[in-house]
Amino acid sequence: MKARVTITLKNGVLDPQGKAIHHALEGLGFGGVNDVRAGKMIELDLADGTSDADIEEMCKKLLANTVIENYRIERA
Amino acid sequence: MNTAVIVFPGSNCDRDLAVAFEQATGKKPHMVWHRETELPDGIDLIGVPGGFSYGDYLRSGAMAAQSPVMRAVSDAAAKGAYVLGICNGFQVLTETGLLPGALMRNAGIQFICRDVKLTVANSQSAFTSQYQADEEIIIPVAHHDGNYFADAATLDRLEGEGRVAFRYAEAVNGSARNIAGVLNEGGNVLGMMPHPERMSEAAHGGLDGKKLFDALVSA
Repeated sequence: MKARVTITLKNGVLDPQGKAIHHALEGLGFGGVNDVRAGKMIELDLADGTSDADIEEMCKKLLANTVIENYRIERA
Repeated sequence: MNTAVIVFPGSNCDRDLAVAFEQATGKKPHMVWHRETELPDGIDLIGVPGGFSYGDYLRSGAMAAQSPVMRAVSDAAAKGAYVLGICNGFQVLTETGLLPGALMRNAGIQFICRDVKLTVANSQSAFTSQYQADEEIIIPVAHHDGNYFADAATLDRLEGEGRVAFRYAEAVNGSARNIAGVLNEGGNVLGMMPHPERMSEAAHGGLDGKKLFDALVSA
């Protein structure tokens, strides 16, 4: 069983990396990019029966820093 | 005063911090490996050093915060031991929850390694009592993730309670309210991005960092 955790910066938290990527896209001549936010994706290969609550705990305790980040769990 | 310096895989300021502790206390610090579950008895001051613990994997300080020794450090802090986290050590302390907020990528993206001017925002703490209020000091920084973030309510509380120890006196990394170092509620835990241990001998070009270690010895 697989789960995919997507971690993104909270709204209002400055994202210097997203900004740099935005600049680089503009430098390459791509117009019409309004904003870029960078995050990360973590794929978990889990034992069958791992509960949603277990994955939530993983996110809160380690995978995301909830001071600055949101997380989204998708089961594959 | 008995001191300890925590050593993680990837720490690289542990020996510099040990030298600064030894100069201030006259005693060699205990070097404590991250896998230890207990600290030696009678430790009064614990240093969490700079570096790149666990290669900064996931987030700076995130893996180190989960290492066995940090539980012992948290217990010691709860009992009143002084804990000083410098640079990566500050990141570890926020990830551990011993200090509020988070250290994010520098606003300008680049790694910054230079001397910076700081203002002493609280000269009453055990760490800063040898500085004058609002004194300007020079201490070097060397970091990629030093951009201090906390929500507005937390920042207001830190300022209201005198828990901002140091501020940058110039634009450095985009930190909220120019915060360079914060104290915990009890005043016995300090995290700061600048490196006082790199400004504590005449050969370093200044002694502004030495006062922090001397203050702890007389605390």
